[in-house]
Amino acid sequence: MTADLTSLLAAWTDRLAALAPALTAAERPFRTQLTVRTADPSALGETLGVGFPAVPCTFTSGAGAEVLWLGPDEFLVVAPEGVNEEVVRGALGSSRGSVVDTSAQRTAVDLEGPHVRDVLAHGCAVDLHPAAAPAGTCVQTLLARTGVILQVRDGDRVTLLVRSSFAGYLAAWLCDAATEYL
Amino acid sequence: MTFRRPTGGAVDRDTVLRFTFNGQELTGHPGDTLASALLAHGVHEIGGSVKLGRPRGIVAAGSEDPTSLVQVETPFPEPMLLATTVELFDGLVARGLAGQGKLAAEPDPARYDAKHVHCDVLVVGAGPAGLAAALTAARSGARVVLVDEQNQAGGAVLGVDDPSTARWVAEVVAELENTSDVLVLQRTTAFGLYQDGFVLALQKRTDHLGFAAPASRARQRVWRIRTKRTVLATGAHERPVVFPDNDRPGVMLASAARTFLHRYGVLPGSRAVVFATNDSAYLAALDLAQSGVDVPLLLDARPEPPAGLAAECAARGIEVRVGQVTGTEGDRRVTAARVGDELVPCDTLLVSGGWNPVVSLFSQARGTLRYDGGLGAFVPGEELPTVRVAGAATGEFDLAACVRQGQESVGSANEVAVPASDAWRTEEPGLVLWRVPGDDNASFVDLQRDATVTDVLRATGAGLRSLEHIKRYTTIGTAHDQGKTSGMIAAGIVAEALGVDLADQRPTTFRPPYTPVSFAALAGRDRGELHDPVRVTPIHPWHVAHGALFEDVGQWKRPWYYPKPGEDRHAAVLRECRAAREGVALMDGSTLGKIDVQGSDAGKFLDLLYTNMMSTLKVGRIRYGVMCGVDGMVIDDGTVIRIGEERWLVTTTTGNAAKVLDWMEEWLQTEWPHLDVHCTSVTDHWATIPLVGPRSRDVLAAVAPELDVSAAAFEFMTWRDTTIAGVPARVCRISFSGELAYEINVTAWHGLAVWEALIAAGEPYGITPYGTETMHVLRAEKGYPIIGQETDATVTPQDLGMSWVVSKKKPDFIGKRSFARPENLRPDRKQLVGLLPVDPEVLLPEGSQIVGTRELPPPPVPMLGHVTSSYPSAALGRTFALALVRSGRDRVGDTLYVPVGDDLVPVTVTESVLYDREGARRDG
Repeated sequence: MTADLTSLLAAWTDRLAALAPALTAAERPFRTQLTVRTADPSALGETLGVGFPAVPCTFTSGAGAEVLWLGPDEFLVVAPEGVNEEVVRGALGSSRGSVVDTSAQRTAVDLEGPHVRDVLAHGCAVDLHPAAAPAGTCVQTLLARTGVILQVRDGDRVTLLVRSSFAGYLAAWLCDAATEYL
Repeated sequence: MTFRRPTGGAVDRDTVLRFTFNGQELTGHPGDTLASALLAHGVHEIGGSVKLGRPRGIVAAGSEDPTSLVQVETPFPEPMLLATTVELFDGLVARGLAGQGKLAAEPDPARYDAKHVHCDVLVVGAGPAGLAAALTAARSGARVVLVDEQNQAGGAVLGVDDPSTARWVAEVVAELENTSDVLVLQRTTAFGLYQDGFVLALQKRTDHLGFAAPASRARQRVWRIRTKRTVLATGAHERPVVFPDNDRPGVMLASAARTFLHRYGVLPGSRAVVFATNDSAYLAALDLAQSGVDVPLLLDARPEPPAGLAAECAARGIEVRVGQVTGTEGDRRVTAARVGDELVPCDTLLVSGGWNPVVSLFSQARGTLRYDGGLGAFVPGEELPTVRVAGAATGEFDLAACVRQGQESVGSANEVAVPASDAWRTEEPGLVLWRVPGDDNASFVDLQRDATVTDVLRATGAGLRSLEHIKRYTTIGTAHDQGKTSGMIAAGIVAEALGVDLADQRPTTFRPPYTPVSFAALAGRDRGELHDPVRVTPIHPWHVAHGALFEDVGQWKRPWYYPKPGEDRHAAVLRECRAAREGVALMDGSTLGKIDVQGSDAGKFLDLLYTNMMSTLKVGRIRYGVMCGVDGMVIDDGTVIRIGEERWLVTTTTGNAAKVLDWMEEWLQTEWPHLDVHCTSVTDHWATIPLVGPRSRDVLAAVAPELDVSAAAFEFMTWRDTTIAGVPARVCRISFSGELAYEINVTAWHGLAVWEALIAAGEPYGITPYGTETMHVLRAEKGYPIIGQETDATVTPQDLGMSWVVSKKKPDFIGKRSFARPENLRPDRKQLVGLLPVDPEVLLPEGSQIVGTRELPPPPVPMLGHVTSSYPSAALGRTFALALVRSGRDRVGDTLYVPVGDDLVPVTVTESVLYDREGARRDG
């Protein structure tokens, strides 16, 4: 018997969908995520098939993976199929660092639409103007009263990673903040 | 009689708005403020004064007005608004206030929100200087935010009749609005200027729509602006001159009358006397005379009136005379101006004592101010690195010069051309005049505070010299208007009284907010369910569906207890406790903090962090640990499990998860950067389910077929990885109740399914979900402390009876040194003990004090300690309590007393462990 996976945001699916077309908001749950701490991620990039971001506050993507810069030696790997904690720790070898499976620590909400930046500006102090936060930007910040990791993609698309226990608050906040754009 | 002119002003005469003021039904037009609409009906009197009840009217035309406070009653009650800033809407009901309004009793249904915006250049004020600055910045490609308090751009241009300048304003605004990355916000007041280019502004978005305001649109918005550079083009406020009975309705600033005329097409009265110290009042007098107001007399306090302007006045039939107004006559409205022995009949008395540059935001930016003796006002005294001031806010009043300043403030050579204008022409410098001598008791400096010249002189007479002290002593400048028209005059009178030079005086500090901001606006969307995030576990929906009541623990909602129909808390908790002690029960422990600690120095690090030894723990085993601060006081506790040679998992209390991670990082980053350790929060990654009770082994065996659950194979304080209900799980054999118990950990994705599987598997055993209240009872029966309940930052591990958790072998750990301090070795420290009320039915209130005598001695009564936890116990068949008691362990067996109401309840002191002292139940 295999237990069903559940996400707290499943209860919000309809309410988030109702924000379209001003804002398309949908959860992307159950992705493998690994928190990696290392000062030298070069070997990991080869294993994953995607280079680690060298520039602070950016992320890289490729080969079905994404690597988010979270700090000078801290990364979040959104792993492709078949890559898990053991694989990445193996790639780390004997060098200092840590690899922790944090898959269920956060869930992802993809946002898209003409008012993405407007809605986020109601709660996010980071400058999300395309000139200041081009595609590939990745910041850890507060959105209203919850911490988030915010990834800027091209074409008015943003992904928010939020702690699972805060996900309901984030959904409620998004629905409220979008009020004027519906 | 109407005082509305047939033409002129930015009001839509074709549309009639009905409103009610002080019970009187009146009409106005779109474009009016409440003040202009009232003046159009000849209504000057707004309310009474706060202390003396003297009638008060309208002094200024904008937010600097000291007197026109009103209470708006509909659509929603709002106190302390200025009639001069309330835009008229159909159905408005308002009444004048005597200094105090009334808050609404019901919640405000309107939305209020906030929005962040970033820019290269923020311009405050859309008068000529601000427009020039914004336009120059916009043309250079900068990201620009322009905020302006009024409902349309123009600033001082709105208060004069100057079509060519008005056209220029419209052209600039049109260009700004058509430039990308330029945000123009009208009805928006920058009210706070903070460090690093952070500026707060309040935008009134639907106030002016009244009943037509859409409910979905935020009524007011706080803009949180972050800017690289700021241009303050905040203009200047006209100031009056203080003279006896200067507070009568009908006494008005000259520029206000000019604004009411040109912006709203409203005359302030039929017959106006003008009292001037400078040229600008002449322009007001001429405009009014041209518009049909009888202006019999202009008194100029200067020895030589300006020849050209005086000639223009003469041509209009205005007598210009050197002199001063020395008083007024009238009841509820001025009926005459007193000039020495002469009474000049009038219904309006216009006053101009000069102009105060608006330096509030500049001062908030920590800019120093300089006294300009020519202006009689404080002006910006220095340049700030990122804040510039332009226009009348610098003391410059020439239009072309203001525009040039605005352009230069953003450092661009692009020329902004403004047409020539004679709307602000001057010939001669003004005279600085604070007051006209006379009856000081009736000479009002701060009209809103009813503070007079007498009050100022009383302050200086009492020896006060500092303007800050005098402000507090007299309350001048502390009302809604923060002394916009009175502060400078008060400073001037003080300087005269003390015989000092204002240049040597420090002006009072300007502080946010520049104009009043409602708490509703500041709260924004952080209300109701968004007030504070509610954190829930993956199993939360089950708790809700099964009728749990919840307890707030930090931001978490935790099940408190699960009442069955007809059960109260007491009955539910006794039932849940019984299930845990006699059958099987489970709870949601997912809120526990969990931190993954990895690295070759992890053991060394944990040895330094905890009071006991962790590095000797073997892989596969678990140890309870206590953390102390550097003062040796307990800050947190929890289990530590060793996952691998270089990997550990630490649990923290629910409320301290973030604090403990921060604490670890602080030590790693500041004191022990050489240690190879990394800490990662996994609190939300894991769902944690304690499965408790003598039948817990049966339930676990049913869901974990691969696990040997026997006591011999799965010892206390060890853990196993296995599969539960088909998903990978880590099971820890630990107990916070003294019973046989397992803590099941699965990823949060699986939490709900595994919980439901446990419920299903436990059904034959009557498995019972329990909440935090039962958890508290169970652990208290075993004397296990709860951090934050038994401890309060003054309690050591030894005080808790846990000397065993403090290593004697380790060379160092946080807090070690403190345990050797004499204070921490005193035998009379408060120690954790149990208390059994002699009457087993009596429940001691938590927090009760403990005394040593059957009768209370006279105060001060020696207090021996206090009750930290108190519960009825199913297992003990009676009530019990835990307490911190001075020399508690030496008092075991003694009788002490707890004051409860008027009674002294006798209690017997016991060991803190009250149930299963020998630990026989641990293995089931």
